Amino acid sequence: MILRRDVFQAIADPTRRAILILVASQSMTAGAIAANFDTARPTVSKHLQILTECELLLQQQNGREVYYEINAKKMKEVADFIEPFRNMWDDRFNKLEAIMKNYKPEK
Amino acid sequence: MERKTKVEAENGKQEIIITRAFELPVELLFKAYSEPEIVEQWMGTKVLKLESRKHGSYQFETSDPNGNVMFRANGAIHEFIPDQKITRTFEMENTPFAVQLEFLEFEKLTENTSRLVMQIVYKSVELRDQMLKMPFAQGLNMAHNRLQEVGDQLK
Repeated sequence: MILRRDVFQAIADPTRRAILILVASQSMTAGAIAANFDTARPTVSKHLQILTECELLLQQQNGREVYYEINAKKMKEVADFIEPFRNMWDDRFNKLEAIMKNYKPEK
Repeated sequence: MERKTKVEAENGKQEIIITRAFELPVELLFKAYSEPEIVEQWMGTKVLKLESRKHGSYQFETSDPNGNVMFRANGAIHEFIPDQKITRTFEMENTPFAVQLEFLEFEKLTENTSRLVMQIVYKSVELRDQMLKMPFAQGLNMAHNRLQEVGDQLK
Protein backbone atom coordinates (compact mmCIF):
# COMPACT_ATOMS: atom_id res chain seq x y z
CA MET A 1 0.00 0.00 0.00
CA ILE A 2 1.17 3.47 -0.84
CA LEU A 3 1.46 5.76 2.14
CA ARG A 4 -0.13 8.99 1.15
CA ARG A 5 0.16 12.20 3.12
CA ASP A 6 -3.13 14.04 3.10
CA VAL A 7 -2.86 17.79 3.63
CA PHE A 8 -6.07 17.75 5.64
CA GLN A 9 -4.69 15.08 7.87
CA ALA A 10 -1.63 17.29 8.20
CA ILE A 11 -3.51 20.39 9.26
CA ALA A 12 -5.95 18.47 11.46
CA ASP A 13 -3.31 18.34 14.20
CA PRO A 14 -3.22 21.40 16.50
CA THR A 15 0.58 21.30 16.96
CA ARG A 16 1.12 21.20 13.21
CA ARG A 17 -1.25 24.12 12.76
CA ALA A 18 0.69 26.02 15.43
CA ILE A 19 3.95 25.25 13.59
CA LEU A 20 2.51 26.59 10.33
CA ILE A 21 1.39 29.79 12.03
CA LEU A 22 4.81 30.18 13.64
CA VAL A 23 6.75 29.61 10.43
CA ALA A 24 4.38 31.80 8.41
CA SER A 25 5.93 34.94 9.96
CA GLN A 26 9.57 33.93 9.35
CA SER A 27 11.58 30.90 8.27
CA MET A 28 13.08 29.06 11.22
CA THR A 29 15.37 26.15 12.07
CA ALA A 30 13.94 22.99 13.62
CA GLY A 31 15.58 23.92 16.92
CA ALA A 32 14.00 27.37 16.98
CA ILE A 33 10.61 25.88 16.17
CA ALA A 34 10.95 23.21 18.87
CA ALA A 35 11.86 25.88 21.43
CA ASN A 36 8.31 27.19 21.10
CA PHE A 37 6.74 23.92 22.19
CA ASP A 38 6.73 21.87 25.36
CA THR A 39 6.62 18.69 23.28
CA ALA A 40 9.74 16.56 22.94
CA ARG A 41 12.12 17.48 20.15
CA PRO A 42 11.65 14.20 18.20
CA THR A 43 7.88 14.80 18.22
CA VAL A 44 8.37 18.25 16.70
CA SER A 45 10.75 16.72 14.14
CA LYS A 46 8.06 14.20 13.19
CA HIS A 47 5.54 17.01 12.71
CA LEU A 48 8.04 18.91 10.54
CA GLN A 49 8.62 15.80 8.50
CA ILE A 50 4.89 15.35 7.88
CA LEU A 51 4.44 19.02 6.94
CA THR A 52 7.41 18.81 4.59
CA GLU A 53 6.18 15.57 3.00
CA CYS A 54 2.84 17.11 2.13
CA GLU A 55 4.67 20.21 0.89
CA LEU A 56 3.17 22.68 3.31
CA LEU A 57 6.71 23.45 4.46
CA LEU A 58 9.84 23.78 2.35
CA GLN A 59 13.38 23.15 3.55
CA GLN A 60 16.01 25.76 2.78
CA GLN A 61 19.68 24.97 3.31
CA ASN A 62 21.52 27.96 4.73
CA GLY A 63 25.15 27.10 5.47
CA ARG A 64 25.01 24.31 8.03
CA GLU A 65 21.47 25.11 9.11
CA VAL A 66 18.23 23.91 7.57
CA TYR A 67 15.49 26.50 7.66
CA TYR A 68 11.82 25.69 7.32
CA GLU A 69 9.62 28.08 5.40
CA ILE A 70 5.98 28.07 4.49
CA ASN A 71 5.01 26.94 0.99
CA ALA A 72 2.57 29.72 0.10
CA LYS A 73 1.42 27.98 -3.08
CA LYS A 74 0.41 24.81 -1.26
CA MET A 75 -1.21 26.77 1.56
CA LYS A 76 -3.32 28.59 -0.99
CA GLU A 77 -4.45 25.25 -2.40
CA VAL A 78 -5.64 24.22 1.04
CA ALA A 79 -7.36 27.56 1.57
CA ASP A 80 -9.19 26.98 -1.72
CA PHE A 81 -10.47 23.57 -0.70
CA ILE A 82 -14.03 24.91 -0.87
CA GLU A 83 -13.61 25.47 -4.61
CA PRO A 84 -14.38 21.86 -5.70
CA PHE A 85 -17.54 21.97 -3.55
CA ARG A 86 -18.57 25.24 -5.21
CA ASN A 87 -17.81 23.79 -8.65
CA MET A 88 -19.98 20.76 -7.95
CA TRP A 89 -22.98 22.97 -7.19
CA ASP A 90 -22.16 25.36 -10.03
CA ASP A 91 -22.19 22.45 -12.51
CA ARG A 92 -25.50 21.19 -11.15
CA PHE A 93 -27.10 24.63 -11.32
CA ASN A 94 -25.74 25.28 -14.83
CA LYS A 95 -27.40 22.07 -15.91
CA LEU A 96 -30.66 23.05 -14.20
CA GLU A 97 -30.57 26.43 -15.94
CA ALA A 98 -29.87 24.90 -19.37
CA ILE A 99 -32.68 22.37 -18.98
CA MET A 100 -35.23 24.93 -17.82
CA LYS A 101 -34.32 27.39 -20.58
CA ASN A 102 -35.47 24.73 -23.05
CA TYR A 103 -38.44 23.71 -20.97
CA LYS A 104 -41.72 23.57 -22.86
CA PRO A 105 -44.77 23.06 -20.70
CA GLU A 106 -46.77 20.00 -21.77
CA LYS A 107 -50.24 20.62 -23.11
CA MET B 1 -16.35 34.03 -16.53
CA GLU B 2 -18.62 35.41 -13.86
CA ARG B 3 -19.13 33.19 -10.83
CA LYS B 4 -22.81 32.62 -10.45
CA THR B 5 -22.72 30.22 -7.53
CA LYS B 6 -21.49 31.44 -4.18
CA VAL B 7 -20.66 29.24 -1.18
CA GLU B 8 -20.38 30.65 2.33
CA ALA B 9 -19.02 28.42 5.08
CA GLU B 10 -18.06 30.47 8.07
CA ASN B 11 -15.41 28.96 10.31
CA GLY B 12 -16.74 27.08 13.31
CA LYS B 13 -20.37 27.16 12.14
CA GLN B 14 -22.36 24.05 11.30
CA GLU B 15 -24.01 25.42 8.18
CA ILE B 16 -23.28 26.13 4.55
CA ILE B 17 -25.09 28.78 2.52
CA ILE B 18 -25.19 28.35 -1.24
CA THR B 19 -26.50 31.24 -3.33
CA ARG B 20 -27.14 31.19 -7.04
CA ALA B 21 -28.75 33.61 -9.49
CA PHE B 22 -30.57 32.07 -12.46
CA GLU B 23 -31.57 33.46 -15.82
CA LEU B 24 -34.96 31.88 -15.29
CA PRO B 25 -38.33 33.08 -14.04
CA VAL B 26 -38.79 31.94 -10.45
CA GLU B 27 -41.67 29.64 -11.52
CA LEU B 28 -39.36 27.63 -13.77
CA LEU B 29 -36.64 27.49 -11.13
CA PHE B 30 -39.14 26.16 -8.61
CA LYS B 31 -40.45 23.62 -11.12
CA ALA B 32 -36.93 22.21 -11.45
CA TYR B 33 -37.18 21.29 -7.78
CA SER B 34 -40.75 20.05 -7.66
CA GLU B 35 -41.15 17.90 -10.81
CA PRO B 36 -39.54 14.45 -10.50
CA GLU B 37 -38.67 14.13 -14.23
CA ILE B 38 -36.84 17.46 -14.18
CA VAL B 39 -35.01 16.74 -10.90
CA GLU B 40 -33.77 13.50 -12.49
CA GLN B 41 -32.30 15.40 -15.42
CA TRP B 42 -30.22 17.97 -13.59
CA MET B 43 -29.36 15.98 -10.48
CA GLY B 44 -28.36 12.97 -12.61
CA THR B 45 -30.14 10.60 -10.27
CA LYS B 46 -33.21 8.43 -10.41
CA VAL B 47 -36.15 9.82 -8.45
CA LEU B 48 -37.94 6.90 -6.81
CA LYS B 49 -40.38 9.15 -5.05
CA LEU B 50 -41.01 12.88 -4.80
CA GLU B 51 -44.13 14.10 -3.05
CA SER B 52 -43.93 17.85 -3.50
CA ARG B 53 -46.12 18.95 -0.60
CA LYS B 54 -46.01 19.63 3.11
CA HIS B 55 -45.40 16.35 4.99
CA GLY B 56 -44.41 14.67 1.73
CA SER B 57 -41.24 12.65 1.31
CA TYR B 58 -38.73 11.81 -1.38
CA GLN B 59 -36.16 9.22 -2.31
CA PHE B 60 -33.33 9.39 -4.86
CA GLU B 61 -31.16 6.57 -6.14
CA THR B 62 -28.09 6.49 -8.38
CA SER B 63 -26.74 3.30 -9.95
CA ASP B 64 -23.54 2.58 -11.82
CA PRO B 65 -23.73 1.28 -15.45
CA ASN B 66 -23.93 -2.29 -14.11
CA GLY B 67 -27.03 -1.49 -12.11
CA ASN B 68 -25.37 -1.51 -8.68
CA VAL B 69 -26.81 1.12 -6.40
CA MET B 70 -24.06 3.62 -5.56
CA PHE B 71 -26.04 6.24 -3.76
CA ARG B 72 -29.44 6.47 -2.16
CA ALA B 73 -30.85 9.43 -0.32
CA ASN B 74 -34.19 10.32 1.22
CA GLY B 75 -35.86 13.03 3.17
CA ALA B 76 -39.09 14.55 4.41
CA ILE B 77 -40.58 17.83 3.22
CA HIS B 78 -41.59 20.13 6.05
CA GLU B 79 -42.60 23.20 4.14
CA PHE B 80 -43.63 23.54 0.52
CA ILE B 81 -44.71 26.98 -0.66
CA PRO B 82 -44.75 27.15 -4.50
CA ASP B 83 -42.29 29.64 -6.02
CA GLN B 84 -41.06 30.64 -2.55
CA LYS B 85 -39.83 28.02 -0.20
CA ILE B 86 -38.98 24.37 0.45
CA THR B 87 -37.81 23.14 3.84
CA ARG B 88 -36.68 19.53 3.87
CA THR B 89 -34.37 17.00 5.44
CA PHE B 90 -31.75 15.12 3.45
CA GLU B 91 -30.15 11.87 4.48
CA MET B 92 -27.72 9.64 2.62
CA GLU B 93 -28.62 6.03 3.28
CA ASN B 94 -26.03 3.49 4.46
CA THR B 95 -23.47 6.14 5.34
CA PRO B 96 -22.25 7.33 8.74
CA PHE B 97 -23.43 10.86 7.90
CA ALA B 98 -26.23 12.28 10.00
CA VAL B 99 -29.34 13.78 8.46
CA GLN B 100 -29.11 17.42 7.39
CA LEU B 101 -31.72 20.16 7.29
CA GLU B 102 -32.15 22.24 4.14
CA PHE B 103 -33.88 25.60 3.80
CA LEU B 104 -34.42 26.53 0.16
CA GLU B 105 -35.61 30.03 -0.58
CA PHE B 106 -36.68 30.99 -4.09
CA GLU B 107 -36.78 34.64 -4.93
CA LYS B 108 -38.02 36.53 -7.98
CA LEU B 109 -35.47 39.12 -9.11
CA THR B 110 -37.05 40.26 -12.40
CA GLU B 111 -39.60 38.67 -14.75
CA ASN B 112 -36.86 36.48 -16.18
CA THR B 113 -34.35 36.13 -13.38
CA SER B 114 -34.46 34.57 -9.95
CA ARG B 115 -32.30 33.59 -7.04
CA LEU B 116 -32.01 30.50 -4.89
CA VAL B 117 -30.58 30.63 -1.38
CA MET B 118 -29.92 27.21 0.09
CA GLN B 119 -29.03 26.97 3.75
CA ILE B 120 -27.84 23.53 4.84
CA VAL B 121 -27.56 22.83 8.57
CA TYR B 122 -25.44 19.88 9.77
CA LYS B 123 -25.40 17.99 13.06
CA SER B 124 -21.93 19.26 13.97
CA VAL B 125 -19.16 21.56 12.78
CA GLU B 126 -16.99 18.49 12.11
CA LEU B 127 -19.62 16.93 9.87
CA ARG B 128 -20.08 20.20 8.01
CA ASP B 129 -16.35 20.43 7.36
CA GLN B 130 -16.27 16.82 6.23
CA MET B 131 -19.09 17.36 3.73
CA LEU B 132 -17.45 20.53 2.48
CA LYS B 133 -14.18 18.73 1.84
CA MET B 134 -15.74 15.74 0.15
CA PRO B 135 -15.54 16.99 -3.45
CA PHE B 136 -11.97 18.12 -2.75
CA ALA B 137 -11.10 14.69 -1.36
CA GLN B 138 -12.80 12.98 -4.31
CA GLY B 139 -10.75 15.18 -6.64
CA LEU B 140 -7.60 14.06 -4.87
CA ASN B 141 -8.67 10.43 -5.05
CA MET B 142 -9.51 10.69 -8.73
CA ALA B 143 -6.14 12.25 -9.45
CA HIS B 144 -4.58 9.47 -7.41
CA ASN B 145 -6.52 6.77 -9.25
CA ARG B 146 -5.56 8.22 -12.63
CA LEU B 147 -1.97 8.15 -11.51
CA GLN B 148 -2.44 4.54 -10.47
CA GLU B 149 -3.95 3.65 -13.87
CA VAL B 150 -1.06 5.25 -15.72
CA GLY B 151 1.32 3.38 -13.43
CA ASP B 152 -0.45 0.09 -14.08
CA GLN B 153 -0.17 0.59 -17.83
CA LEU B 154 3.56 1.05 -17.53
CA LYS B 155 3.98 -2.30 -15.79
